[in-house]
Amino acid sequence: MIEFYTDNAQRFIDGTLVTVRLALLSFALSVVIGVVIASCRVSPVGPLQRFASGYVSLFRNLPLLIIFFLALFGLGDLGFVYGGFATAAVALGMYTGAYMAEVIRSGINSVSSGQAEAGRAIGLGFIALLSTIVIPQAVRTVIAPIGNLFIANFKNTAVALTITVTDLTFVSRQLINQTAETWLSLFGAAAIYTVILLFVGWGFRALEARYAIKR
Amino acid sequence: MADALVTMTGINKWYGELHALKDVNLNVHEGEVVVVIGPSGSGKSTLIRTINRLEPIQEGEILIDGERLPEEGKGLAKLRAEVGMVFQSFNLFAHKTILENVTLGPVKVLKMDKGEAEQRARDLLERVGVGHQADKYPAELSGGQQQRVAIARALAMDPKIMLFDEPTSALDPEMINEVLQVMLDLAEGGTTMVVVTHEMGFARSAADRVVFMDKGEIVEENDPESFYHNADTERARDFLSKIITH
Repeated sequence: MIEFYTDNAQRFIDGTLVTVRLALLSFALSVVIGVVIASCRVSPVGPLQRFASGYVSLFRNLPLLIIFFLALFGLGDLGFVYGGFATAAVALGMYTGAYMAEVIRSGINSVSSGQAEAGRAIGLGFIALLSTIVIPQAVRTVIAPIGNLFIANFKNTAVALTITVTDLTFVSRQLINQTAETWLSLFGAAAIYTVILLFVGWGFRALEARYAIKR
Repeated sequence: MADALVTMTGINKWYGELHALKDVNLNVHEGEVVVVIGPSGSGKSTLIRTINRLEPIQEGEILIDGERLPEEGKGLAKLRAEVGMVFQSFNLFAHKTILENVTLGPVKVLKMDKGEAEQRARDLLERVGVGHQADKYPAELSGGQQQRVAIARALAMDPKIMLFDEPTSALDPEMINEVLQVMLDLAEGGTTMVVVTHEMGFARSAADRVVFMDKGEIVEENDPESFYHNADTERARDFLSKIITH
């Protein structure tokens, strides 16, 4: 049993690195999208509000796998051909971004209107008000749900194997096919996901303890 | 008489069906301290919130230092930077330290150098008596201290006029005087102020004029001594009898 893991250590490591890179890139993209879409949603500009709620409706209500296929084959047919990894990072980022936008919006709604009024009263414009007062406070109150999204996004990277990304789940499935060690192959991947995400969970709890706003 | 710093002409505002401000005309001159009083729901808070357009109006014209109050956008932000405002519920930025609360406006809006902004902020905090609290967060201060910081935050913008919206109404009784004292010092220093308050002591020692509002209208404008001793209008006398009897 130990031999199985020592023999295939490099492949597990490679798969893990692909998963981690994909998770971090797509999560970073989802944060950018989440902030922009949530800002549009609370802006006083009608078309921006409609664009933002349209975005959320679209990407939240499609299965992730359909988004992956649309991104790979749909865009491919239109002449936009990227590698599996880049496509997966963008597709996953856009998918998680829809959820991120909703989480950040709920955080924005939790910031008392007096905070925004005080900001306007000293002459901050809409963008400065959001970026220096409202969003920093909003994000601090939704650290826990953002942690949930990070974890969900990390695990959703597994879907990328369907579009040829050689992530951790891909590696474990390949090992099943090549060695017939179904149980050991799956256990290896499962253990790596679980250990990494346990540490991530602790990290977010520490962030929450450090940055939660005293009211 | 010189042109007024604030000129409000024919102001009308509705919240749906409710006529919140009815044909209000008010001028505030440089160096003047105007106290606005009136029953709850009389429109006094709405009135001062229209001066920096935290409440938009439907009819009328507001000039600040001869300039028409812009509708929205950069022009409005610039004008708001010249009008200091202190709120009933303090509204200090909860995620910023006391010092950062005071430097934020000068650095972000006036593009002041950070070191200079901090030096000025420390001086202002010293002036309102909370200099030693600079590195704490708002929630760690008492209400009276928070309100004094809010005054310092507004003063840091070097405003042409200071608006106070019931600045002592959310305070415990023992903290009211420390805030009023800061406001009295400002008044003596010649700051132009519009203050919504029921604090008669403040009105009598600092106000040049008392404006009494009821049901969205300015019912009476008078000097403080005449107003409190012998108001011209029945509605003002009726209101005063209710707040003074106990």
